Amino acid sequence: MARKLPPKDVVIVGLGWTGAILAHELTEAGLDVVAIERGPWRDTATDFNIGYAPDELRYSVRRDLFLQPAQETLTMRNTSSQTALPMRDFGSFLPGTGVGGAGTHWNGHTWRFFPSDFNLKSHLTERYGAARIADLTIEDWGLSYDELESSYDRFEYLAGISGKAGNIQGKLQDGGNPFEGVRQREYPLPAMQMSYAPTLFAEGARSIGFHPFPTPSANLSKAYVNPLGIAMGQCTACGFCERFGCANYSKASAHTTILPVLMRKPNFEARCNSEVLHVNLDATRKMAKSVTYVDASGEEWEQPADLVLLCAYGLHNARLMMLSGIGKVYDPSTGEGTVGRNYCYQTNAGVQLFFDDKNFNPFIASGALGQTVDDFNGDAFDHGSVDFVGGAGINCIPTNGRPIGYRPVPPGTPRWGSAWKKATAENYLSVLGFSSQGSSYATRGNYLDLDPTYTDRFGRPLMRMTFDFPDNDIRMSHWVSDRMEEIGKALKPRQMVSSRRQKSWNSVPYQSTHNTGGAIMGTDPKKSAVNRYLQSWDVPNVFVIGASAFPQNAGKNPTGTVGALAFWAADAIRDKYLRNPGALVSA
Amino acid sequence: MSTDSAFTATRRHFLTSAAAISLVTVSTHVRAQSISGVLPWQPFAAEPPTPIGPQGWVFFTPAEAAAVEAIVDRLIPADDLSVGGKEAGCAVFIDRQLAGSYGSSSRLYMKGPFLPGLPTQGYQGKETPAARYREGLAAIDAYLRKTMNGRSFVHLNADEQDQFLKTMEAGKVDLGGGINATRLFDLILGNTMEGFFADPIYGGNRDMVSWKMIGFPGARYDYRDHISKHNQRYPLGPVSIAGGRPEWSR
Repeated sequence: MARKLPPKDVVIVGLGWTGAILAHELTEAGLDVVAIERGPWRDTATDFNIGYAPDELRYSVRRDLFLQPAQETLTMRNTSSQTALPMRDFGSFLPGTGVGGAGTHWNGHTWRFFPSDFNLKSHLTERYGAARIADLTIEDWGLSYDELESSYDRFEYLAGISGKAGNIQGKLQDGGNPFEGVRQREYPLPAMQMSYAPTLFAEGARSIGFHPFPTPSANLSKAYVNPLGIAMGQCTACGFCERFGCANYSKASAHTTILPVLMRKPNFEARCNSEVLHVNLDATRKMAKSVTYVDASGEEWEQPADLVLLCAYGLHNARLMMLSGIGKVYDPSTGEGTVGRNYCYQTNAGVQLFFDDKNFNPFIASGALGQTVDDFNGDAFDHGSVDFVGGAGINCIPTNGRPIGYRPVPPGTPRWGSAWKKATAENYLSVLGFSSQGSSYATRGNYLDLDPTYTDRFGRPLMRMTFDFPDNDIRMSHWVSDRMEEIGKALKPRQMVSSRRQKSWNSVPYQSTHNTGGAIMGTDPKKSAVNRYLQSWDVPNVFVIGASAFPQNAGKNPTGTVGALAFWAADAIRDKYLRNPGALVSA
Repeated sequence: MSTDSAFTATRRHFLTSAAAISLVTVSTHVRAQSISGVLPWQPFAAEPPTPIGPQGWVFFTPAEAAAVEAIVDRLIPADDLSVGGKEAGCAVFIDRQLAGSYGSSSRLYMKGPFLPGLPTQGYQGKETPAARYREGLAAIDAYLRKTMNGRSFVHLNADEQDQFLKTMEAGKVDLGGGINATRLFDLILGNTMEGFFADPIYGGNRDMVSWKMIGFPGARYDYRDHISKHNQRYPLGPVSIAGGRPEWSR
């Protein structure tokens, strides 16, 4: 039996990017807030120790900072005719845990989605006709880019994003992304100093008429003091970014941008090593009254609150809704239900160029130091003559040269022995790689629900992921691979190796921790789990914040949009919900 | 490297908990780690890695150790580019990994039922890496003794050893006991490469031999003065997280 604690105004599940932003905004509004985090307390000064942070085996291979499958995993299958089995180790994606969440060990690519990404269904229907998207279940967000613009700006200034604007108040800017939506002002910091590989990539792309620009980066180009008064340092291009905590205070995360202020507030409490099991609803099932969690010793507690914010990783938000009975679980056979619907991912492919006469020093790198070509992303180009919708950013962002994971050799090289060793030594410094990060569009058969067989350590059903790359996305990815090969040829390598995206999705090799959907936002309570303010249609004192709200995924990293949605939801709670608690949009 | 499971209370959790409780303005209970009104900090709160001593075997029996040393010396043979896998410490590395949390799969999802899966579903076996080495090395030994006139892997000449490893890699040998030879080979090869390229603090990559071979500077952590020196070789040699001796920087 759970022991009941004194009530709080707000309980937040998960203390990563979104939890920290919501906690800061709502404590500023005077509310008494507790965040319950299943992982440990972590901070730069104690845990991301410069003396042993650069440890590839510990952090990248054994993944010391990540959620461990023993704690929670998912089952997976490619189609609903297969039997889902547990991912006994994580591979394709790597969820985080602990204070800071996956924002602790992200790379820092910080994008705004295109305006046309937000009204995607109406936009594509109008431009290409409904038949073009008949195989897809893509939706509008119920929220426009223009409405979200100031929230993007706040996240970028909070995090000290380093980049070059492409469109300020309608005026195109030299050196920026000419395809981006209108922004009101420049990035807070200039773009990072470019290393050799992205510089050469940009030359090649430009030579064939493409428009490369510096990738917007949460690895700071300069020292910075953010609007909360928190000081951050310049990135040293150490090459230990993704999968690692930053020891330099130069990668934006909750630790480096919010927690030093948030943690000192008397009306905020962080409760760590405490895993929320479910949200408790009242007898009407239309109001949440508390959450139940279990602490590190196995003891159960009930925390009552007026407002419950699900700020866990997107997949875990969806699972908590399913385990709590918030909304109806999606059933692909009937097309009914909303929770678990429109699970999407990312459709990636890559190219490697082998040179004889170049030295790229691949270890001089940071998570988001690079160049991007957005000419073929989203609907930046006319799809009239192609057989797909969507697109991909083409990114040359060589994040590291860590040698357990990074040892490029030409295909056909033996995997061991003297010939292997010779090829490894010859090619380590002289390979240029770049990749496409493609959109992932929703289909009826890609979804999340609860597994009928496998359970977690508390006996709760694991979430079951049913996913394969839609045919539309495979066609898109191949077409963008053709464009990547054009860039590759322009650079005249000794050898070019193109790794194209193929079915079926394989859960083993790492691809992307950009899992979206499952609790999507929208205008129709039959097709979306939350409204345009990320408020549950079914239980209005529950807000669900994260990439779980994306109706489909764009060809861009999600964190910029996740951060913007956190500010957007915080505004709605403070300015609308608190004045008149209840549904902010009538169903 | 921490060897405890990922979510039980560890020493550092206890320390930060205790610190937080002594300083906080509000503490509703003691079991969960409650922090409010303060940014907690304690000296030595985090867990540094534990350096590996090269002496003795923790997991392997002497016969297993001899076999693994011989295998890693063929996977990474001594030549003009580097010392071999044995001298680099790869077998010591694997031994210590198998004795720790990696070897026991303590961080993985290990609940049943265990069913054969599709390739896209990943490894579905019940056996931990430690068990796979123990059973796999015994099966290799039994197979070779039966087919190679009573000789073990260590008694084969280099060509015979390479030939056997190639048949394992290709899955063209039946080791019995339901052991998938290709998967066993992949496991050993993967761990050997981890040992050869990981920081030397874990027992392999002795004297940073692999990093010197490819030109990886290790744990230097600050390349700002070289970012814009395009196409120019980085001038400094590697350092380990255990520090550097003067000759390592030449």
